[in-house]
Amino acid sequence: MNVTTLLIILLVGAFATYFSGDKWAPKVALLFGLTAFAGTICLLSQYNLGQEINYTKLWISKPNISFALQADGLSLAMLLLTTALTPIIIYSSFGNTYKNSKAFYALILFMTFAMAGTFLASDGLLYYIFWELSLIPIYFIALIWGNGDAEERKKAVVKFFIYTLAGSLFMLVAFIYLYQKAGSFLINDLTQLKLSSTEQFWIFLAFFLAYAIKIPLIPFHTWQAEVYQKAPTVGTMLLSGIMLKMGLYSVIRWQLPIAPLAAKEYMDVFIILGIAGVIYGSIVALRQKDLKKLLAYSSLAHVGLIAAGSYTLTLDGFRGAVLQMIAHGFVVTGLFLVAEIIFRRYETRKISEMGGIRAQSPKFTSMFMILVLASVALPSTFNFVGEFTVLYSLSQVNIWFSLLGGTTIILGAYYMLKMFQHVMLGETNVRLFADVTFNEGLCLVIIIAVLFFFGMYPKPIIDLITPSLENILTQVNRFNQVK
Amino acid sequence: MNTLIAITGLGVLCLLFEILNFRKAIVPITIIGLLAVLGITFSEFNAPGSHYNNMIVVSKFSSAFSALFIVLTIFLVALAHDFYEDHKTKISDFIAIKIFMLAGAVAMVSFGNLAMFFLGIEVLSISLYILAASNRLNVKSNEAGMKYFLMGSFASGIILFGICLIYGAMGSFDVIEISENSLSAELPIWFPIGMILMTIGMLFKVAAVPFHFWAPDVYEGSPTLTTTTMSTLVKVVAIATLYKLIAELNLIPSLENQDLLGTFKTIVVIITIASMTVGNIMALKQNNVKRMLAFSGISHAGFMLMTLLSISNSAGNLLYYATAYSLAGIAAFTVILYVCKNRDNEDIANFNGLSKNNPLMAAVLTAALLSMAGIPIFAGFFAKLVLFNQTIQAGYLVVVIAAVINSIISVGYYFKLILAMYNKEPNEEAAKTQFVFYAVAIVAVLLNIILGLFPSAVLDLLG
Repeated sequence: MNVTTLLIILLVGAFATYFSGDKWAPKVALLFGLTAFAGTICLLSQYNLGQEINYTKLWISKPNISFALQADGLSLAMLLLTTALTPIIIYSSFGNTYKNSKAFYALILFMTFAMAGTFLASDGLLYYIFWELSLIPIYFIALIWGNGDAEERKKAVVKFFIYTLAGSLFMLVAFIYLYQKAGSFLINDLTQLKLSSTEQFWIFLAFFLAYAIKIPLIPFHTWQAEVYQKAPTVGTMLLSGIMLKMGLYSVIRWQLPIAPLAAKEYMDVFIILGIAGVIYGSIVALRQKDLKKLLAYSSLAHVGLIAAGSYTLTLDGFRGAVLQMIAHGFVVTGLFLVAEIIFRRYETRKISEMGGIRAQSPKFTSMFMILVLASVALPSTFNFVGEFTVLYSLSQVNIWFSLLGGTTIILGAYYMLKMFQHVMLGETNVRLFADVTFNEGLCLVIIIAVLFFFGMYPKPIIDLITPSLENILTQVNRFNQVK
Repeated sequence: MNTLIAITGLGVLCLLFEILNFRKAIVPITIIGLLAVLGITFSEFNAPGSHYNNMIVVSKFSSAFSALFIVLTIFLVALAHDFYEDHKTKISDFIAIKIFMLAGAVAMVSFGNLAMFFLGIEVLSISLYILAASNRLNVKSNEAGMKYFLMGSFASGIILFGICLIYGAMGSFDVIEISENSLSAELPIWFPIGMILMTIGMLFKVAAVPFHFWAPDVYEGSPTLTTTTMSTLVKVVAIATLYKLIAELNLIPSLENQDLLGTFKTIVVIITIASMTVGNIMALKQNNVKRMLAFSGISHAGFMLMTLLSISNSAGNLLYYATAYSLAGIAAFTVILYVCKNRDNEDIANFNGLSKNNPLMAAVLTAALLSMAGIPIFAGFFAKLVLFNQTIQAGYLVVVIAAVINSIISVGYYFKLILAMYNKEPNEEAAKTQFVFYAVAIVAVLLNIILGLFPSAVLDLLG
């Protein structure tokens, strides 16, 4: 099998889900999600055996666009994250009932399809198409099945859509400009261009706009908290668990290799933007009264650190960024699931209305505690590996960056533990808190198992991503050798 | 050539149906006839030639665009039966007028002589004046017809004046002769002036800024099916004709000989950017869907005028953009026809909660609007992509950046409609949908998506 098969599974899954009717839709979606995961494992083993899994075919002759999908270690790692999280996200939603659920689950699978395509595409325009396609399902998911007042939700979602579209259209212009120079959109051709440093600067900036909005980096983050809060939890999980990683992945895959000179010249600026996100996100998170918003700002802090790591242009920075992307994807999905589990029982997201859950539900409490600790990067969790590597890479650039970035752990521990204290501890709540159901528990256990397993034994993933990251690093450094 | 004769014959046939009392079968028979004409057009595609002393010149350009016009007319005729339910006795007239309009449109893209060009434009315009005022008991429709007539005839006058000046300069109406003479070094100043007058007249028909003032009122007042015709078929015809005029009469080289090319390009850049921006910004404020689409049409005209900046090799792109835009337009207007069938206005509020009343129609309208906004994988995206690509290649990065900013603005109002459909509660029960509405809307959207998946099929047609 090759990588197109995986995309076809997901696309067919989306349609099959839609036509299976409201009653069967969740199960069909789960089935296709699991099939896609199995497919990814299969691709992974083929890749390790050195078999050909890439696919290229000329699509449009003028302008020259190919349907080119290429899977290297980095893509496969991201694909693994996507296809592993999707079934978990779908399964975790079994406790809720959605109106018109066939459309809901079909959109989830369609979004997974688009995101998987983004991670695989090696033709700039194909990549752009997948990138844009992934925006439409989440727009409808947040708009139709979101919560809160319809007017406010509308505002938040439209702002999100217009922001991201605006950013990516400038990326499109950059791609067209590059096409004029290279005569092709293929990444292998684009990374060999000898652009002047002014050209690189503008192209870097156009890409940056798209990615900074998607990731989001300060000061382009204003859409994030509102959308996270208003979207249904499934949508929030998809956004924070996978979609944000599209931006971070693209920085490493597209932006840095295409315009490395600009990245080098302004490295400090971008690292500082990332670290500013860390500090700002953490401080704002401290003051949040809404559980989902708190998690949104904590997410802002974490992705800021990941972005700072990738902009260091070192192998450790890249590696740490990718590891942390995966770790954060899992942990944030778990935390949003926790928020949803509480919401299912207490019908509130306000932290002040919670509290005293520990005595009623010890199992849930311990799972929540582990997720909180993972989120603040306790050693032996996957997040520790990622965060530590990133901080190490920052220290190679400037020790101050590393120190400031390190505040994420201190501040993170502060606001997460404070949140945990208010949500779970205290006098036993008068309202009954039913213990976790089987599917909620299973989802959490899987997430926790993944975090612990790779926390103690990250080697498989490191081995998977390192060769492709080294490749990218040589592309980034191609201008040094000339001098 | 045969295309034009066949269409005119079909038009006459439609009039005869009235006498033969064949009203019920008129729509199916006309559609079958048009499909046959489409076949003739395809057969002419690879057999270029000129007829009647160069009056009519069949080229790849003319056949490709004629085919597009015929497809659009098929959609418009299919919708006619339900739309004119209240005027059963007049249906054959309306359909015959539409067919004659098509004949005018085909004449406009396949002229070989400026007299033929003018004849085409008049046949098209007069048919449209009638259609705009066809709801004769409605004041708004009368107003629209009158406004359109006054503005349109004024524009025709300017075009005619331009043709006269060109004749004065060249001593001929024949396109080939004019284009040969226009390359000579010593050119009377009448030639560029005449060309500019003709361009202005055509920009009126296209509704490009600053000649756009008639469009919103006429679009709003006309019966919705006529608005559909104007915003899809007629707009595309006018742009294609303008493109052909400038390309075939060798305007660009002749201006270059006289050092006027820079001025001309500056003017085109200004008109392009102004059309896009004014159209979009005005559209943001509209509450009436027809007016909104009128302004959005103005901005799309601006996009299509970008092809004039690289005229030697952008015919394929223009064809693709025109096809993508008009198919999306047909789909969108079909839904509007369905929603506003028994309402007295076309306010956005009428679309509230359409996703609950009729999810399929809501999905079709969403797809059409997404295509117009230029979201992949719809054809509208590739249309913009090839246009941007071409324009950057020609060295007009500024225009492309303006176009990108405009694409972002346009999302604002397209999504206003989408939001109304998905985020509001319906205010009344769903109306029953006729089968044709579904058929036309879905076929148009599917064609749009297929074009998005296989853009080369159209892009490479014109070499």
